[in-house]
Amino acid sequence: MAERPEDLNLPNAVITRIIKEALPDGVNVSKEARRAISQAASVFVLYATSWSLDEHAQCPYADVINVSRPFGQSLTQLWSMDEDKLSKVANNFAMKAKRKTLNAGDVLSAMEEMEFERFLEPLKESLEVYKKGQKGKKEVTEQKRKDKEKKTDSENDKSREEEEEEEEEEEERMDEEPQAENEGEEEEVEN
Amino acid sequence: MSQNKDDLASSNKKTISLPISRVRLIMKSSPDVSSINQDALVLTTKATELFVQHLAVASFNNGSGKETNSLSYSDLANTAEETETLHFLTDILPKKILARDYLTSLEDFQEEDADF
Repeated sequence: MAERPEDLNLPNAVITRIIKEALPDGVNVSKEARRAISQAASVFVLYATSWSLDEHAQCPYADVINVSRPFGQSLTQLWSMDEDKLSKVANNFAMKAKRKTLNAGDVLSAMEEMEFERFLEPLKESLEVYKKGQKGKKEVTEQKRKDKEKKTDSENDKSREEEEEEEEEEEERMDEEPQAENEGEEEEVEN
Repeated sequence: MSQNKDDLASSNKKTISLPISRVRLIMKSSPDVSSINQDALVLTTKATELFVQHLAVASFNNGSGKETNSLSYSDLANTAEETETLHFLTDILPKKILARDYLTSLEDFQEEDADF
């Protein structure tokens, strides 16, 4: 995958805005400084990524269990006497499994290791806000989709038939439910 | 006016301005990464924003710009060298010296060699 150098830079406009909002009003930031901060930000991403990967590889026991639950358990039984050995095996498995999907925990641990603990709280809050936003978006898209379906239904004969079918299905389901209840009652009586 | 800015700033603290797709591109340029969980991506993007703020403020406070109300490249380079947590930046934020000074120090170095 060939990336042009420009692609690895972050958009200048956004970087400039973040800088301006962080500094007191009216501070003059040289063009050179802005460019340097933008490059520093890209390097930060790479640096944080490599730290996150490290966190990922060094987690001892969790990796053993996660690679394969039954296998992990049998290993624990075999080698419960020797913790050092177990941890070494665990690390080896982590690397061989090449399970290099970075997760949120890896990133947070990396921030701690990089001595940016001050970031941890705002990061967690930010993630919450983002997740809520995504949930809201999903609901809006779902609602839009339902509305769209209703609209096309009222325009199509075919769809009207489908609706009737759906209603029949629903009735069947409703019929099944009381049946199931009856069966349950019968069993109790037998017992 | 300033109240609006505060509102903007506080909402920026929690929402994300940098493009997540671009951050993913940078992360994937690292050879050991196979895939990135969406949460991890969001966290890294936000962390980068926080980092930009941190670098700007630290350099401004550390530098001579307070009198002149400005932030210059040398503020950044100096701060990177003086702050341990920013040492990883020293390669891309090298301090600049005048060519004249470099040549002088080079001459001194050669003179020392000559003594031996």
